Amino acid sequence: MIRNITLGQYLPGTSAIHRADPRTKIIMTISFMVVLFIVNSIWALIAALVFVAAVFLISGISFKYAIRGMKPVLYIIIFTTVLNMFFTDGNVLLRLGPARITEEGLILAAVVSLRVFLLIASASIMTYTTTPITLTDGIEKLMGPLKVIKFPVHEMAMMMTIALRFIPTLIDETDKIMKAQAARGADIGTGNLLQRARSFIPVLIPLFVSSFRRADDLAVAMESRCYRGSEGRTSMRILKFKGLDVAILGIFIIICAGILLVHYLI
Amino acid sequence: MKGTPFEKKALDNVSMELKKGEFAALIGHTGSGKSTLVQHLNGLLKQDEGQLNVAGLETKGRDLKELRKKVGIVFQYPEHQLFEETVYKDIEFGLLKQNIPDEERRKRILDTAAIMEISESMLHKSPYEISGGQKRRAAIAGILVLEPEILVLDEPAAGLDPSGTRELFDIVTSLYREKKITVILVSHSMELVGDYASRIIVMNKGRIEHDGTPSEVFGMGNKLEEIGLGVPQITKLMARLNEYYPEIARDVYTIEDAQRIIGGILRRGR
Repeated sequence: MIRNITLGQYLPGTSAIHRADPRTKIIMTISFMVVLFIVNSIWALIAALVFVAAVFLISGISFKYAIRGMKPVLYIIIFTTVLNMFFTDGNVLLRLGPARITEEGLILAAVVSLRVFLLIASASIMTYTTTPITLTDGIEKLMGPLKVIKFPVHEMAMMMTIALRFIPTLIDETDKIMKAQAARGADIGTGNLLQRARSFIPVLIPLFVSSFRRADDLAVAMESRCYRGSEGRTSMRILKFKGLDVAILGIFIIICAGILLVHYLI
Repeated sequence: MKGTPFEKKALDNVSMELKKGEFAALIGHTGSGKSTLVQHLNGLLKQDEGQLNVAGLETKGRDLKELRKKVGIVFQYPEHQLFEETVYKDIEFGLLKQNIPDEERRKRILDTAAIMEISESMLHKSPYEISGGQKRRAAIAGILVLEPEILVLDEPAAGLDPSGTRELFDIVTSLYREKKITVILVSHSMELVGDYASRIIVMNKGRIEHDGTPSEVFGMGNKLEEIGLGVPQITKLMARLNEYYPEIARDVYTIEDAQRIIGGILRRGR
Protein backbone atom coordinates (compact mmCIF):
# COMPACT_ATOMS: atom_id res chain seq x y z
CA MET A 1 0.00 0.00 0.00
CA ILE A 2 2.76 2.47 0.82
CA ARG A 3 5.58 0.76 -1.02
CA ASN A 4 5.44 3.07 -3.99
CA ILE A 5 8.01 5.50 -2.63
CA THR A 6 10.97 4.97 -4.92
CA LEU A 7 12.79 8.30 -4.65
CA GLY A 8 16.15 7.76 -3.01
CA GLN A 9 16.08 4.00 -2.96
CA TYR A 10 19.38 2.23 -3.66
CA LEU A 11 19.50 0.38 -6.98
CA PRO A 12 22.28 -2.20 -7.16
CA GLY A 13 24.74 -1.83 -10.01
CA THR A 14 28.40 -1.98 -10.99
CA SER A 15 28.89 1.28 -12.92
CA ALA A 16 31.78 3.66 -12.24
CA ILE A 17 29.37 5.83 -10.26
CA HIS A 18 28.37 2.87 -8.10
CA ARG A 19 31.99 1.97 -7.43
CA ALA A 20 33.17 5.47 -6.54
CA ASP A 21 33.93 6.32 -2.92
CA PRO A 22 30.89 7.68 -1.06
CA ARG A 23 32.93 10.72 0.03
CA THR A 24 33.58 11.56 -3.62
CA LYS A 25 29.87 11.36 -4.33
CA ILE A 26 28.89 13.44 -1.30
CA ILE A 27 31.43 16.16 -2.11
CA MET A 28 30.35 16.21 -5.74
CA THR A 29 26.66 16.36 -4.93
CA ILE A 30 27.11 19.24 -2.49
CA SER A 31 29.37 21.23 -4.81
CA PHE A 32 27.05 20.61 -7.73
CA MET A 33 24.19 22.03 -5.67
CA VAL A 34 26.24 25.12 -4.90
CA VAL A 35 26.98 25.52 -8.61
CA LEU A 36 23.25 25.20 -9.35
CA PHE A 37 22.51 28.06 -6.97
CA ILE A 38 25.25 30.28 -8.39
CA VAL A 39 24.18 30.03 -12.02
CA ASN A 40 20.95 31.67 -13.12
CA SER A 41 21.31 31.75 -16.87
CA ILE A 42 19.12 29.32 -18.67
CA TRP A 43 21.97 28.11 -20.92
CA ALA A 44 24.18 27.17 -18.00
CA LEU A 45 21.29 25.21 -16.48
CA ILE A 46 20.68 23.41 -19.75
CA ALA A 47 24.37 22.46 -19.77
CA ALA A 48 23.94 21.15 -16.22
CA LEU A 49 20.87 19.20 -17.35
CA VAL A 50 22.89 17.52 -20.10
CA PHE A 51 25.56 16.64 -17.52
CA VAL A 52 23.02 15.10 -15.11
CA ALA A 53 21.44 13.13 -17.95
CA ALA A 54 24.88 11.83 -18.89
CA VAL A 55 25.53 10.72 -15.32
CA PHE A 56 22.20 8.88 -15.28
CA LEU A 57 23.21 7.14 -18.52
CA ILE A 58 26.58 6.09 -17.09
CA SER A 59 25.05 4.81 -13.86
CA GLY A 60 22.60 2.68 -15.84
CA ILE A 61 19.49 3.91 -14.04
CA SER A 62 16.53 4.15 -16.39
CA PHE A 63 15.15 7.66 -16.94
CA LYS A 64 11.63 6.33 -16.75
CA TYR A 65 12.22 4.92 -13.29
CA ALA A 66 13.91 8.10 -12.05
CA ILE A 67 11.11 10.33 -13.34
CA ARG A 68 8.48 8.08 -11.79
CA GLY A 69 10.24 8.39 -8.45
CA MET A 70 10.23 12.17 -8.78
CA LYS A 71 6.51 12.41 -9.50
CA PRO A 72 5.49 13.99 -6.18
CA VAL A 73 8.20 16.64 -6.65
CA LEU A 74 7.13 17.29 -10.22
CA TYR A 75 3.79 18.65 -8.97
CA ILE A 76 5.60 21.23 -6.86
CA ILE A 77 7.75 22.16 -9.85
CA ILE A 78 4.68 22.60 -12.06
CA PHE A 79 3.01 24.74 -9.39
CA THR A 80 5.96 27.13 -9.03
CA THR A 81 6.37 27.27 -12.81
CA VAL A 82 2.78 28.41 -13.25
CA LEU A 83 3.10 31.00 -10.47
CA ASN A 84 6.32 32.39 -11.96
CA MET A 85 4.86 32.50 -15.42
CA PHE A 86 1.88 34.65 -14.46
CA PHE A 87 3.17 36.82 -11.67
CA THR A 88 6.38 38.31 -13.04
CA ASP A 89 6.40 41.87 -14.42
CA GLY A 90 8.04 42.69 -17.72
CA ASN A 91 7.66 42.41 -21.44
CA VAL A 92 4.10 41.13 -22.03
CA LEU A 93 3.91 38.31 -24.56
CA LEU A 94 0.35 37.08 -24.11
CA ARG A 95 -2.79 38.38 -22.46
CA LEU A 96 -5.63 36.17 -21.23
CA GLY A 97 -8.13 38.48 -19.58
CA PRO A 98 -6.53 39.73 -16.35
CA ALA A 99 -3.71 37.18 -16.56
CA ARG A 100 -0.63 37.84 -18.67
CA ILE A 101 2.51 35.98 -19.55
CA THR A 102 5.73 37.96 -19.74
CA GLU A 103 9.01 37.11 -21.37
CA GLU A 104 10.85 37.54 -18.07
CA GLY A 105 8.27 35.37 -16.32
CA LEU A 106 8.74 32.60 -18.84
CA ILE A 107 12.52 32.63 -18.41
CA LEU A 108 12.32 32.81 -14.63
CA ALA A 109 9.86 29.91 -14.59
CA ALA A 110 12.20 27.84 -16.73
CA VAL A 111 15.22 28.70 -14.56
CA VAL A 112 13.52 27.96 -11.25
CA SER A 113 11.89 24.71 -12.34
CA LEU A 114 15.09 23.46 -13.98
CA ARG A 115 17.06 24.29 -10.85
CA VAL A 116 14.67 22.47 -8.51
CA PHE A 117 14.54 19.52 -10.87
CA LEU A 118 18.33 19.31 -11.10
CA LEU A 119 18.80 19.66 -7.34
CA ILE A 120 16.58 16.66 -6.72
CA ALA A 121 17.90 14.65 -9.66
CA SER A 122 21.52 15.11 -8.57
CA ALA A 123 20.79 14.17 -4.97
CA SER A 124 18.85 11.13 -6.11
CA ILE A 125 21.75 9.91 -8.26
CA MET A 126 23.78 9.76 -5.07
CA THR A 127 21.19 7.71 -3.19
CA TYR A 128 20.35 5.54 -6.21
CA THR A 129 24.00 4.49 -6.54
CA THR A 130 25.14 4.33 -2.90
CA THR A 131 23.92 1.97 -0.21
CA PRO A 132 22.70 3.87 2.86
CA ILE A 133 25.36 2.21 4.97
CA THR A 134 28.26 3.36 2.78
CA LEU A 135 26.66 6.77 2.60
CA THR A 136 26.70 7.17 6.39
CA ASP A 137 30.25 5.82 6.46
CA GLY A 138 31.18 8.58 4.07
CA ILE A 139 29.39 11.22 6.13
CA GLU A 140 31.11 10.00 9.29
CA LYS A 141 34.54 10.26 7.66
CA LEU A 142 33.81 13.67 6.16
CA MET A 143 32.62 15.02 9.50
CA GLY A 144 35.59 13.49 11.30
CA PRO A 145 37.36 16.82 11.90
CA LEU A 146 34.38 17.99 14.01
CA LYS A 147 35.49 15.55 16.71
CA VAL A 148 37.99 18.20 17.74
CA ILE A 149 35.16 20.36 19.05
CA LYS A 150 33.64 17.32 20.87
CA PHE A 151 30.88 16.86 18.32
CA PRO A 152 29.61 13.24 18.62
CA VAL A 153 30.27 12.34 14.98
CA HIS A 154 30.26 8.58 15.45
CA GLU A 155 27.05 8.60 17.45
CA MET A 156 25.37 10.77 14.81
CA ALA A 157 26.47 8.41 12.06
CA MET A 158 25.31 5.39 14.05
CA MET A 159 21.90 6.98 14.59
CA MET A 160 21.62 7.71 10.88
CA THR A 161 22.59 4.17 10.01
CA ILE A 162 20.01 2.76 12.38
CA ALA A 163 17.32 5.14 11.16
CA LEU A 164 18.01 4.28 7.52
CA ARG A 165 18.25 0.60 8.26
CA PHE A 166 14.80 0.58 9.84
CA ILE A 167 12.92 2.49 7.15
CA PRO A 168 12.13 -0.62 5.08
CA THR A 169 11.36 -2.59 8.23
CA LEU A 170 8.90 0.03 9.40
CA ILE A 171 7.32 0.27 5.95
CA ASP A 172 6.81 -3.50 5.97
CA GLU A 173 5.42 -3.34 9.47
CA THR A 174 3.02 -0.51 8.59
CA ASP A 175 1.86 -2.41 5.55
CA LYS A 176 1.25 -5.52 7.63
CA ILE A 177 -0.66 -3.71 10.35
CA MET A 178 -2.74 -1.78 7.82
CA LYS A 179 -3.69 -5.04 6.17
CA ALA A 180 -4.48 -6.70 9.46
CA GLN A 181 -6.77 -3.85 10.51
CA ALA A 182 -8.35 -3.65 7.05
CA ALA A 183 -9.11 -7.36 7.34
CA ARG A 184 -11.05 -6.52 10.51
CA GLY A 185 -13.07 -3.92 8.64
CA ALA A 186 -11.12 -0.73 9.28
CA ASP A 187 -11.30 1.83 6.48
CA ILE A 188 -7.97 3.60 6.64
CA GLY A 189 -7.71 7.00 5.03
CA THR A 190 -11.35 7.47 4.06
CA GLY A 191 -14.09 9.83 5.18
CA ASN A 192 -13.70 13.45 6.26
CA LEU A 193 -10.54 14.89 7.77
CA LEU A 194 -11.39 13.98 11.37
CA GLN A 195 -12.47 10.44 10.48
CA ARG A 196 -9.35 10.04 8.41
CA ALA A 197 -7.08 11.12 11.26
CA ARG A 198 -8.90 8.81 13.65
CA SER A 199 -8.70 5.90 11.25
CA PHE A 200 -4.92 5.92 11.60
CA ILE A 201 -5.02 5.26 15.36
CA PRO A 202 -5.33 1.46 14.94
CA VAL A 203 -2.22 1.57 12.75
CA LEU A 204 -0.12 4.07 14.69
CA ILE A 205 -0.46 2.59 18.16
CA PRO A 206 0.75 -0.92 17.23
CA LEU A 207 3.46 0.68 15.10
CA PHE A 208 4.75 2.78 18.01
CA VAL A 209 4.64 -0.18 20.34
CA SER A 210 6.60 -2.36 17.96
CA SER A 211 9.12 0.43 17.27
CA PHE A 212 9.86 0.77 20.97
CA ARG A 213 10.15 -2.99 21.28
CA ARG A 214 12.55 -3.07 18.36
CA ALA A 215 14.63 -0.23 19.78
CA ASP A 216 14.84 -2.03 23.09
CA ASP A 217 15.84 -5.31 21.44
CA LEU A 218 18.44 -3.54 19.34
CA ALA A 219 19.94 -1.80 22.38
CA VAL A 220 20.23 -5.11 24.21
CA ALA A 221 21.79 -6.75 21.15
CA MET A 222 24.29 -3.92 20.77
CA GLU A 223 25.29 -3.96 24.41
CA SER A 224 25.63 -7.73 24.50
CA ARG A 225 28.13 -7.33 21.67
CA CYS A 226 30.00 -4.82 23.81
CA TYR A 227 29.12 -1.75 21.78
CA ARG A 228 30.42 1.30 23.65
CA GLY A 229 30.43 4.06 21.10
CA SER A 230 33.28 5.23 18.93
CA GLU A 231 36.16 4.76 21.36
CA GLY A 232 38.71 2.32 19.95
CA ARG A 233 36.33 1.15 17.28
CA THR A 234 37.61 0.02 13.92
CA SER A 235 35.64 -0.20 10.71
CA MET A 236 34.86 -3.24 8.61
CA ARG A 237 34.72 -1.27 5.39
CA ILE A 238 37.70 1.01 5.11
CA LEU A 239 37.06 3.81 2.65
CA LYS A 240 39.89 4.49 0.23
CA PHE A 241 40.18 7.04 -2.54
CA LYS A 242 41.14 5.18 -5.70
CA GLY A 243 42.28 6.22 -9.15
CA LEU A 244 38.64 6.09 -10.18
CA ASP A 245 37.73 8.77 -7.64
CA VAL A 246 40.53 11.06 -8.80
CA ALA A 247 39.40 10.63 -12.42
CA ILE A 248 35.73 11.24 -11.58
CA LEU A 249 36.53 14.29 -9.45
CA GLY A 250 38.78 15.70 -12.20
CA ILE A 251 36.09 15.36 -14.85
CA PHE A 252 33.52 16.78 -12.45
CA ILE A 253 35.63 19.89 -11.74
CA ILE A 254 36.14 20.54 -15.45
CA ILE A 255 32.40 20.22 -16.12
CA CYS A 256 31.48 22.51 -13.21
CA ALA A 257 34.01 25.05 -14.43
CA GLY A 258 32.44 24.77 -17.87
CA ILE A 259 28.96 25.39 -16.49
CA LEU A 260 30.18 28.42 -14.52
CA LEU A 261 31.96 29.70 -17.62
CA VAL A 262 28.72 29.46 -19.62
CA HIS A 263 27.01 31.41 -16.82
CA TYR A 264 29.56 34.23 -16.73
CA LEU A 265 30.18 34.48 -20.48
CA ILE A 266 26.64 34.37 -21.84
CA MET B 1 5.85 -2.60 -7.54
CA LYS B 2 4.65 -2.84 -11.09
CA GLY B 3 6.92 -1.25 -13.67
CA THR B 4 9.95 -0.99 -11.39
CA PRO B 5 13.20 -2.98 -11.44
CA PHE B 6 11.80 -4.83 -8.41
CA GLU B 7 8.81 -6.24 -10.25
CA LYS B 8 8.34 -9.96 -9.69
CA LYS B 9 5.66 -12.43 -10.51
CA ALA B 10 4.52 -13.77 -7.16
CA LEU B 11 1.76 -16.04 -8.35
CA ASP B 12 1.73 -17.74 -11.70
CA ASN B 13 -0.99 -19.88 -13.21
CA VAL B 14 -2.62 -20.70 -9.89
CA SER B 15 -5.91 -22.45 -10.37
CA MET B 16 -7.87 -24.15 -7.65
CA GLU B 17 -11.24 -24.59 -6.12
CA LEU B 18 -12.05 -24.84 -2.45
CA LYS B 19 -15.28 -26.35 -1.25
CA LYS B 20 -17.34 -25.03 1.59
CA GLY B 21 -16.47 -26.71 4.87
CA GLU B 22 -13.02 -27.91 3.85
CA PHE B 23 -9.99 -27.84 6.14
CA ALA B 24 -7.25 -27.12 3.65
CA ALA B 25 -3.60 -26.51 4.31
CA LEU B 26 -1.33 -24.39 2.17
CA ILE B 27 2.31 -25.38 2.45
CA GLY B 28 5.38 -24.14 0.68
CA HIS B 29 8.87 -22.83 1.09
CA THR B 30 9.42 -19.21 2.22
CA GLY B 31 8.60 -16.95 -0.71
CA SER B 32 6.54 -19.56 -2.53
CA GLY B 33 3.53 -17.26 -2.66
CA LYS B 34 1.40 -18.68 0.15
CA SER B 35 0.84 -15.40 1.95
CA THR B 36 0.32 -13.58 -1.34
CA LEU B 37 -2.34 -16.06 -2.38
CA VAL B 38 -4.08 -15.78 0.97
CA GLN B 39 -4.21 -11.98 0.81
CA HIS B 40 -6.09 -12.18 -2.45
CA LEU B 41 -8.92 -14.01 -0.72
CA ASN B 42 -10.31 -10.89 0.92
CA GLY B 43 -9.17 -8.33 -1.59
CA LEU B 44 -6.17 -6.96 0.32
CA LEU B 45 -4.21 -7.67 -2.82
CA LYS B 46 -5.77 -7.69 -6.25
CA GLN B 47 -4.65 -9.88 -9.08
CA ASP B 48 -3.39 -8.29 -12.28
CA GLU B 49 -4.70 -11.11 -14.41
CA GLY B 50 -7.26 -13.83 -13.92
CA GLN B 51 -10.36 -14.23 -11.82
CA LEU B 52 -11.12 -15.03 -8.23
CA ASN B 53 -14.48 -15.70 -6.69
CA VAL B 54 -14.85 -16.05 -2.96
CA ALA B 55 -18.18 -17.00 -1.46
CA GLY B 56 -19.97 -15.78 -4.58
CA LEU B 57 -18.22 -12.41 -4.62
CA GLU B 58 -15.75 -11.24 -7.25
CA THR B 59 -12.74 -10.05 -5.23
CA LYS B 60 -12.03 -7.22 -7.61
CA GLY B 61 -15.58 -5.95 -7.20
CA ARG B 62 -16.78 -3.13 -5.03
CA ASP B 63 -18.19 -5.26 -2.22
CA LEU B 64 -14.95 -5.30 -0.25
CA LYS B 65 -16.79 -4.82 3.04
CA GLU B 66 -19.08 -7.73 2.36
CA LEU B 67 -16.11 -9.85 1.31
CA ARG B 68 -14.11 -9.03 4.42
CA LYS B 69 -17.09 -9.93 6.57
CA LYS B 70 -17.06 -13.41 5.06
CA VAL B 71 -13.32 -14.01 5.00
CA GLY B 72 -11.45 -13.63 8.28
CA ILE B 73 -7.67 -13.59 8.01
CA VAL B 74 -5.50 -14.13 11.05
CA PHE B 75 -2.07 -12.87 10.06
CA GLN B 76 1.28 -14.05 11.38
CA TYR B 77 1.84 -12.69 14.87
CA PRO B 78 -1.69 -11.27 15.09
CA GLU B 79 -0.93 -9.89 18.56
CA HIS B 80 0.98 -7.09 16.83
CA GLN B 81 -2.31 -5.58 15.72
CA LEU B 82 -3.74 -5.07 19.23
CA PHE B 83 -4.16 -1.40 20.01
CA GLU B 84 -7.19 -0.66 22.22
CA GLU B 85 -7.17 0.16 25.93
CA THR B 86 -8.70 -3.16 26.90
CA VAL B 87 -8.92 -6.59 25.37
CA TYR B 88 -12.71 -6.21 25.29
CA LYS B 89 -12.53 -3.03 23.22
CA ASP B 90 -10.03 -4.59 20.87
CA ILE B 91 -12.27 -7.56 20.16
CA GLU B 92 -15.12 -5.07 19.67
CA PHE B 93 -13.24 -3.09 16.98
CA GLY B 94 -14.41 -5.08 13.95
CA LEU B 95 -17.99 -5.28 15.25
CA LEU B 96 -18.19 -1.50 15.63
CA LYS B 97 -17.07 -1.15 12.04
CA GLN B 98 -19.97 -3.37 11.01
CA ASN B 99 -22.51 -1.30 13.01
CA ILE B 100 -23.76 -4.21 15.04
CA PRO B 101 -26.27 -3.23 17.80
CA ASP B 102 -25.06 -2.99 21.42
CA GLU B 103 -26.83 -6.06 22.77
CA GLU B 104 -25.66 -8.43 20.08
CA ARG B 105 -22.15 -7.00 20.17
CA ARG B 106 -21.84 -7.72 23.85
CA LYS B 107 -23.18 -11.23 23.46
CA ARG B 108 -20.86 -12.05 20.60
CA ILE B 109 -17.79 -10.73 22.42
CA LEU B 110 -18.56 -12.73 25.54
CA ASP B 111 -19.27 -15.87 23.51
CA THR B 112 -16.06 -15.57 21.56
CA ALA B 113 -14.08 -14.84 24.70
CA ALA B 114 -15.47 -18.02 26.21
CA ILE B 115 -14.49 -20.04 23.14
CA MET B 116 -10.97 -18.59 23.14
CA GLU B 117 -10.69 -19.15 26.90
CA ILE B 118 -10.31 -15.49 27.72
CA SER B 119 -11.45 -14.88 31.28
CA GLU B 120 -13.74 -12.04 32.37
CA SER B 121 -10.92 -10.31 34.24
CA MET B 122 -8.59 -10.57 31.25
CA LEU B 123 -11.18 -8.83 29.07
CA HIS B 124 -10.74 -5.68 31.10
CA LYS B 125 -6.98 -5.68 31.13
CA SER B 126 -4.83 -3.79 28.65
CA PRO B 127 -3.68 -5.97 25.77
CA TYR B 128 -0.14 -4.93 26.67
CA GLU B 129 -0.14 -6.45 30.13
CA ILE B 130 -1.17 -10.01 29.31
CA SER B 131 1.13 -12.85 28.28
CA GLY B 132 2.17 -13.71 24.73
CA GLY B 133 -0.14 -16.70 24.35
CA GLN B 134 -3.05 -14.72 25.80
CA LYS B 135 -2.35 -11.87 23.38
CA ARG B 136 -2.46 -14.31 20.50
CA ARG B 137 -5.82 -15.67 21.66
CA ALA B 138 -7.19 -12.15 22.14
CA ALA B 139 -6.13 -11.15 18.64
CA ILE B 140 -7.66 -14.26 17.10
CA ALA B 141 -10.85 -13.55 19.05
CA GLY B 142 -10.97 -10.17 17.32
CA ILE B 143 -11.33 -12.02 14.01
CA LEU B 144 -13.58 -14.86 15.19
CA VAL B 145 -16.07 -12.43 16.71
CA LEU B 146 -16.89 -11.31 13.17
CA GLU B 147 -18.13 -14.87 12.50
CA PRO B 148 -16.36 -15.38 9.19
CA GLU B 149 -17.47 -18.19 6.88
CA ILE B 150 -13.92 -18.71 5.76
CA LEU B 151 -11.13 -18.54 8.32
CA VAL B 152 -7.58 -18.14 7.10
CA LEU B 153 -4.77 -18.77 9.58
CA ASP B 154 -1.29 -17.69 8.52
CA GLU B 155 1.29 -19.52 10.66
CA PRO B 156 -0.95 -19.34 13.72
CA ALA B 157 1.45 -21.37 15.84
CA ALA B 158 4.59 -19.31 15.20
CA GLY B 159 6.21 -18.56 18.55
CA LEU B 160 3.76 -20.61 20.62
CA ASP B 161 4.86 -23.48 22.82
CA PRO B 162 3.60 -27.02 22.07
CA SER B 163 0.76 -26.90 24.59
CA GLY B 164 -0.33 -23.45 23.40
CA THR B 165 -0.30 -24.73 19.83
CA ARG B 166 -2.41 -27.74 20.73
CA GLU B 167 -4.93 -25.62 22.63
CA LEU B 168 -5.26 -23.23 19.72
CA PHE B 169 -5.78 -25.99 17.19
CA ASP B 170 -8.28 -27.78 19.38
CA ILE B 171 -10.31 -24.58 19.43
CA VAL B 172 -10.04 -24.17 15.67
CA THR B 173 -11.02 -27.78 14.98
CA SER B 174 -14.04 -27.60 17.24
CA LEU B 175 -15.13 -24.37 15.54
CA TYR B 176 -14.65 -26.05 12.18
CA ARG B 177 -16.79 -29.00 13.22
CA GLU B 178 -19.55 -27.09 15.00
CA LYS B 179 -19.95 -24.04 12.81
CA LYS B 180 -19.07 -25.74 9.52
CA ILE B 181 -16.68 -22.97 8.52
CA THR B 182 -14.02 -23.37 5.86
CA VAL B 183 -10.51 -23.25 7.27
CA ILE B 184 -7.36 -22.48 5.31
CA LEU B 185 -4.17 -23.08 7.24
CA VAL B 186 -0.87 -21.69 6.04
CA SER B 187 2.01 -23.40 7.77
CA HIS B 188 5.56 -24.65 7.70
CA SER B 189 4.92 -27.34 10.22
CA MET B 190 4.24 -30.61 8.47
CA GLU B 191 3.18 -32.22 11.75
CA LEU B 192 0.42 -29.65 12.27
CA VAL B 193 -0.73 -29.90 8.70
CA GLY B 194 -0.77 -33.69 8.84
CA ASP B 195 -2.69 -33.71 12.10
CA TYR B 196 -5.45 -31.32 11.15
CA ALA B 197 -5.91 -30.74 7.42
CA SER B 198 -7.99 -32.90 5.12
CA ARG B 199 -6.48 -31.46 1.98
CA ILE B 200 -2.99 -30.15 1.27
CA ILE B 201 -2.02 -27.68 -1.43
CA VAL B 202 1.72 -27.51 -2.06
CA MET B 203 3.05 -24.27 -3.48
CA ASN B 204 6.43 -23.76 -5.10
CA LYS B 205 7.72 -20.58 -6.78
CA GLY B 206 4.24 -19.13 -7.18
CA ARG B 207 2.73 -22.26 -8.70
CA ILE B 208 0.65 -25.06 -7.29
CA GLU B 209 2.97 -28.06 -7.23
CA HIS B 210 0.55 -30.56 -5.84
CA ASP B 211 -2.98 -30.68 -4.47
CA GLY B 212 -4.34 -33.71 -2.68
CA THR B 213 -5.05 -35.55 0.54
CA PRO B 214 -2.33 -35.68 3.22
CA SER B 215 -1.45 -39.29 2.42
CA GLU B 216 -1.08 -38.46 -1.29
CA VAL B 217 1.10 -35.44 -0.60
CA PHE B 218 3.26 -36.97 2.13
CA GLY B 219 3.58 -40.17 0.06
CA MET B 220 5.66 -38.10 -2.37
CA GLY B 221 8.47 -37.96 0.19
CA ASN B 222 11.58 -36.95 -1.76
CA LYS B 223 9.73 -34.68 -4.12
CA LEU B 224 8.65 -32.54 -1.19
CA GLU B 225 12.22 -32.33 0.05
CA GLU B 226 13.39 -31.18 -3.37
CA ILE B 227 11.26 -28.04 -3.08
CA GLY B 228 12.54 -27.29 0.40
CA LEU B 229 9.76 -28.92 2.39
CA GLY B 230 9.75 -32.08 4.41
CA VAL B 231 7.36 -34.70 5.62
CA PRO B 232 6.28 -35.25 9.24
CA GLN B 233 8.88 -37.03 11.38
CA ILE B 234 6.60 -40.03 11.70
CA THR B 235 6.33 -40.36 7.90
CA LYS B 236 10.13 -40.37 7.71
CA LEU B 237 10.29 -43.12 10.30
CA MET B 238 7.71 -45.20 8.47
CA ALA B 239 9.57 -44.76 5.17
CA ARG B 240 12.75 -46.07 6.83
CA LEU B 241 10.89 -49.01 8.33
CA ASN B 242 9.44 -49.72 4.89
CA GLU B 243 12.95 -50.66 3.74
CA TYR B 244 12.92 -53.58 6.18
CA TYR B 245 9.22 -54.37 6.30
CA PRO B 246 7.76 -53.78 2.84
CA GLU B 247 4.25 -54.22 4.19
CA ILE B 248 4.52 -50.88 6.03
CA ALA B 249 2.90 -48.08 4.06
CA ARG B 250 5.03 -45.00 3.23
CA ASP B 251 2.18 -42.53 3.41
CA VAL B 252 1.42 -42.65 7.13
CA TYR B 253 1.37 -39.19 8.70
CA THR B 254 -0.27 -39.46 12.09
CA ILE B 255 1.21 -41.02 15.19
CA GLU B 256 -2.02 -42.93 15.87
CA ASP B 257 -1.89 -44.72 12.49
CA ALA B 258 1.79 -45.49 12.90
CA GLN B 259 1.15 -46.90 16.35
CA ARG B 260 -1.56 -49.17 14.98
CA ILE B 261 0.58 -50.46 12.09
CA ILE B 262 3.77 -51.01 14.11
CA GLY B 263 1.76 -52.57 16.92
CA GLY B 264 0.17 -54.94 14.43
CA ILE B 265 3.53 -56.09 13.11
CA LEU B 266 5.00 -56.51 16.59
CA ARG B 267 2.07 -58.64 17.72
CA ARG B 268 2.36 -60.80 14.63
CA GLY B 269 6.11 -61.16 15.20
CA ARG B 270 5.56 -62.75 18.57
